[in-house]
Amino acid sequence: MIGALAVGIAGGIVAGLLGVGGGVLFVPGLVLFLGLGQHQAEATSLLAIVPVALVGTVRQDRYGNVERRDALTLGLLSLAGAAGGVALANALSGTALRDAFAGLMVLVALQLVRRTLDGDGDVPSGASVAGSSVEDTR
Amino acid sequence: MAVHQVPHRQLRLAVIGTLAGLFSGLFGVGGGSVIVPLLMLWLGYEERRATATSLAAIVFIAAFAASVQGIYGNVHLLDAVLIGVPAVVGVLVGTWIAQRLHGRVVSLLFAALLIASAVELVLG
Repeated sequence: MIGALAVGIAGGIVAGLLGVGGGVLFVPGLVLFLGLGQHQAEATSLLAIVPVALVGTVRQDRYGNVERRDALTLGLLSLAGAAGGVALANALSGTALRDAFAGLMVLVALQLVRRTLDGDGDVPSGASVAGSSVEDTR
Repeated sequence: MAVHQVPHRQLRLAVIGTLAGLFSGLFGVGGGSVIVPLLMLWLGYEERRATATSLAAIVFIAAFAASVQGIYGNVHLLDAVLIGVPAVVGVLVGTWIAQRLHGRVVSLLFAALLIASAVELVLG
């Protein structure tokens, strides 16, 4: 129980700090610290993401940053893909899925390094909203 | 606004949604690392708006994918609550810190931690 709380708080802080999703932290946390299998870790991570994304959405929507129609369209049109992805995950062995996930973590790490070395990387080019910095709504 | 004048908007959204759903379902993540860059690349979103819109889409994607995983009996409900609720507090803290320090070193350290964890996952 303490382990889960620690994974949640630590994962949340890092996600907020770096702007990466919670899932890429929750899954290895669940496997390494709570001893869940890869399938169970992924499934549990998905549910744990919901409150995090929900609160983030409410905050961002207050700043007017959420394109509601597009978000709804994306959400609804993702359902078939999501069902397919879950079926695929469950068709794979735990080992294969774990190795693929490890590959994903390395990709996220490389993306993070590139973004960091690209002159801090968090200033969007072009159409940023006039008069406000990126940091103020994150 | 430019964002609303892209040709084949719905088709592009459908492709992004499908890819994000597959990615999310397969890996147990939200899918933001698919949605954000594609919204920027294909629909002319700037980063902040892409991130915010992606978060809202993830609420649907993750909830649905978790439900399907529930049918397979893979969801540990108590662990999900014990992780998800404190994580909300964690994100607020992390965001607060991020606004006060430049995260270059933190980002690189975290990238190293991710790679170390990946190695641990495969070997451990």
